[in-house]
Amino acid sequence: MQTILDAFASALHLMVSLNGGLMEIVWLSLRVSLTAVACAAIIGLPLGAALALFQFPGRRFAAILMSSLMGMPPVVVGLVVYLLLSRSGPLGVFGLLFTPTAMILAQIVIVTPIIAALTRQLVEDLWNDYREQLLSLGCGPRRAIPTLLWDGRFSLITALLAGFGRASAEVGAVMIVGGNIDHVTRMMTTAIALETSKGDLALALGLGIILIVLALGVNGAAFVIRDLTGRHA
Amino acid sequence: MTILPLRLEDVGYAASGERLVEGITVELAAGPRTVILGPNGAGKSLLLRLCHGLIRPTAGRIGWQLGEGPALRRRQAMVFQRPVMLRRSAAGNIGFALKLRGLPRRDRRARIGEVLARTGLASLAHQPARVLSGGEQQRLALARAWALEPEVLFLDEPTASLDPAATRLVEELVESIHRSGTKIVMTTHDLGQARRLADQILFLNHGRLVEAGPAEAFFAGPATAEAAAFLKGELTW
Repeated sequence: MQTILDAFASALHLMVSLNGGLMEIVWLSLRVSLTAVACAAIIGLPLGAALALFQFPGRRFAAILMSSLMGMPPVVVGLVVYLLLSRSGPLGVFGLLFTPTAMILAQIVIVTPIIAALTRQLVEDLWNDYREQLLSLGCGPRRAIPTLLWDGRFSLITALLAGFGRASAEVGAVMIVGGNIDHVTRMMTTAIALETSKGDLALALGLGIILIVLALGVNGAAFVIRDLTGRHA
Repeated sequence: MTILPLRLEDVGYAASGERLVEGITVELAAGPRTVILGPNGAGKSLLLRLCHGLIRPTAGRIGWQLGEGPALRRRQAMVFQRPVMLRRSAAGNIGFALKLRGLPRRDRRARIGEVLARTGLASLAHQPARVLSGGEQQRLALARAWALEPEVLFLDEPTASLDPAATRLVEELVESIHRSGTKIVMTTHDLGQARRLADQILFLNHGRLVEAGPAEAFFAGPATAEAAAFLKGELTW
């Protein structure tokens, strides 16, 4: 019990003193996960909307596939991205393995299906409500993509949050493609895993607390934004 | 060149083997306000959607004087029983419709101001459309349709979920739109409303067009027993 309390004390000290090593890890984690979510949003929002709005053969299959990809194990994604980026892989020439870019790529693969699947569901519901009115105004499915994404903006924040939550919490993919290299690709989750196995509970615990606080902060902020803007629309 | 008249020739629509409307032949000419009257489930809304082109008939032919197709829908507008508003301001909802018609931004602003003033909604221009009352939303839907300056305006039971005061405002607006030269085609199951607004009645029952003619003659002496029963308030099934 004493060890845990000591670890807590040291963790708080590291956080309050804005320990350089700690801040570096936190910053890299945020940079990687936020970039991945931004890229996944650029792909996933229109993709999800298109799946909801266009009729094409295999549409149901695509929707099912998208939903199942939501639950893809990060280690498997890590492995696949690793194979693609490794020296002998098809993208090996770019030399991206064990860089933050590789971690961003892996997280994009993990997050895009989440955003796309949630977007598809939301846009499909909106289209059912608006279809006749939009068609009457001369707004067909293609033109409806930006319209419905904008109309669902408050709910879509939740989809982006779900994506960020998944990206910031996963450890398997970034561990494999990033390699957990100190000062280069060490993220909060990979550092926690490493420090715990080394027995340095203070740093692990400090990072764990920061991770939770960040998650709370981001969700809280989104909640407030949603509340403030959504109330009036 | 006007797109009217609209001709329906032996139009029918069936879904999963059930004939919802059938054998409808009628011509809708520019000018008189046409009211499609009938009990619930008669096929009034369906007929309106067929005319507007939201649904394709499974039998017969529907054609405007200028032919058919989506290009002609740009010269029509429709107001639904439940107004569908986007999560934008009242003005933004009208602006969206005008943008779809390709109106330049500058003209849009002028047209929005004008139509909001005409519908008495000017003070609500910047309010989010979704927080307006049901009656205000329906008037906004009418303002949005009016802004498009359609040759034909279809209205599907536009006052069915409104209170009497809001209903009156909506009816006055429909009247103004009619006077501005737009052909009105409206469904209702409300006899009083039909008496107030109709120049021409299409009486529908069980998916068939039972009577079509001038409103005055229809209300004075319906030609069929079905219409007479409906006018007397006796359910016809």
